Amino acid sequence: MVSMSKRNRQVLLTPTRLRRGLQCATLVGSLVGLAACGGGAEDGGTAAPAVVAVDGSSTVFPIAEAVAEEFQLIDPAARVTVGVSGTGGGFKKFCAGEIDISNGSRPIRAVEIEACAAAGIEFIELPVAYDGIAVVVHPDNEWATTLTPEDLKMMWGPEAQGTVTSWNQVRPDWPDSELHLFGPGVDSGTFDYFTQAINGEEGASRGDFTSSEDDNVLVQGVATDPHGLGFFGYAYYEANRDRLKLLALDDGDETNGAGAIAPSPESVRDGTYQPLSRPVFIYVNPEALARPEVSGFVNFFISDGGPLAREVGYVPLSDAEYALVQQRLDARVTGTMYGHGNEMASLTELLGDGH
Amino acid sequence: MSRRQRNRLLDVALHGAGLTATLLGLVVLAVLLFDIFSDGFGRISWDFLTSFPSRRAENAGIYAALLGTVWVITLTALLAVPIGVAAAIYLEEYGGRGRWSRVVEINITNLAGVPSVIYGLLGLGLFVRTLALGRSVIAGAATLALVALPVVILSSREALRAVSPALREASYALGATKWQTIWHQVLPVAFPGILTGLILALSRTIGETAPLITMGALTYVPFAPDGIWSAFTVVPIQVFNWVSRPQEAFLANAAAGIIVLLALLLVMNGFAAWLRDRYQQ
Repeated sequence: MVSMSKRNRQVLLTPTRLRRGLQCATLVGSLVGLAACGGGAEDGGTAAPAVVAVDGSSTVFPIAEAVAEEFQLIDPAARVTVGVSGTGGGFKKFCAGEIDISNGSRPIRAVEIEACAAAGIEFIELPVAYDGIAVVVHPDNEWATTLTPEDLKMMWGPEAQGTVTSWNQVRPDWPDSELHLFGPGVDSGTFDYFTQAINGEEGASRGDFTSSEDDNVLVQGVATDPHGLGFFGYAYYEANRDRLKLLALDDGDETNGAGAIAPSPESVRDGTYQPLSRPVFIYVNPEALARPEVSGFVNFFISDGGPLAREVGYVPLSDAEYALVQQRLDARVTGTMYGHGNEMASLTELLGDGH
Repeated sequence: MSRRQRNRLLDVALHGAGLTATLLGLVVLAVLLFDIFSDGFGRISWDFLTSFPSRRAENAGIYAALLGTVWVITLTALLAVPIGVAAAIYLEEYGGRGRWSRVVEINITNLAGVPSVIYGLLGLGLFVRTLALGRSVIAGAATLALVALPVVILSSREALRAVSPALREASYALGATKWQTIWHQVLPVAFPGILTGLILALSRTIGETAPLITMGALTYVPFAPDGIWSAFTVVPIQVFNWVSRPQEAFLANAAAGIIVLLALLLVMNGFAAWLRDRYQQ
């Protein structure tokens, strides 16, 4: 054996060398093991850093990120992490007790409330900003400038599938050219809200449109298709103003602003851009609020989140509404404001009702 | 046309076809690299490498994601290599050629073709929830180790199989046991081949986003991992997030993030190539 390994020495990796290499690897491995044990022991102790775990909607993510970034400057000891697993995914984690705060681009659903109740987890529902849904066409589109919700329903309703395929089917004075529709994926909160507001039922829509989970793909689609029409979050219109034409909506209701109104920070906030503006929420676990870092973060979110939301393309609530939200937080009001046919009610009404 | 002329023509045509096929891949790569570098190279700076994520594109950096990737991929290698090589040794040297070994072989080959998002679901159920590892670096690495394992096992088996039977027989003839033969003769010869398989597996794994998002890796993490229990994010998730932002400035960040990932990959592969050459000399 000895002579053989000697002979091999010139050509091959020698046994000693390999052994040394493996010993080295074992050493690293055991170090990791040690770190594992150390970390495990520390986990249960008091030395664990103060982490605020936030997860949920991708729509709310930029706001949560901005607030977390600023909060870090005020309270450097707190570590705020934000995940993106969608509104539904966020509620699953929230009701499993894995996170402190869940971001939602729609109110919590009945089944999700049941799941939370079954796990004994309560929630405080806090609106933090508005998101307007912009309806846009190609800049060369000269015919369409205003729409009514009925026009949109004609285009997007489930019964339009395969039948409404050209612009003049929506309005006779529009040209006889193909209608190309672009919209968010069916899992997104934006799609849920749009279908609820326009087609009267969440998720009810034609299926033959170009859909993408990535709103930038929708922007690209409408910006390069003269016959295209699409909808997505207002922030995506704002970042691509020069490539898109924004349409105004006329809901026929004189009480919330007469005539056709285009989305803008003002019209979304004062509720005149109807019916396509919606609040977005954070859901907070009241037990987690007992921890100073969570309570500090949530209070900062309500007190300073408005300008930050504006900075990343969303519309802040009015000061009066933030004050109502703050009251709701201070009083630890649990449960949802929604769920008895009031999905489209304004925040001031809902918050003022003291649900 | 004589037969000879025809054969020569065929020769030239095949040469041309092969060259076109090769160039096609290279051209696609060149276009990709050009596109990414023209978008993102201007964003690469020390600040970009050492800053945490931010809502302002110009302040945002890759630091937390880069260190997260280094942590996760290192742990993935430490988990997948010993297990993968050991499994390959068993299957190749001890497993025999019976029905049982064929069943195992087919299953491992199938596993290599399973979409990685499925491993993410398994990671979420097994590591994050059942074993209660949480959404930590170690849970992420274990999930990615599952993604890498089939490729590691398959390529290690190939490398072991390529070792000449004469070497094994010579070793037995001199009275060496099976283990001595594997350890002293077979493994050293197969080592460069095994290493190549590892590089391929880890290079693929480092770019994975879907399984980590599914197992619950985070997106905004304003600190570098400080241990295997730490929360983390990785470069592909950060890039994915930047690409989906409305503001165009984030696209430059995404391109810069891709460049950083490519550079990391190059360093990893360079190190492995150096290691291989050292052992091959």
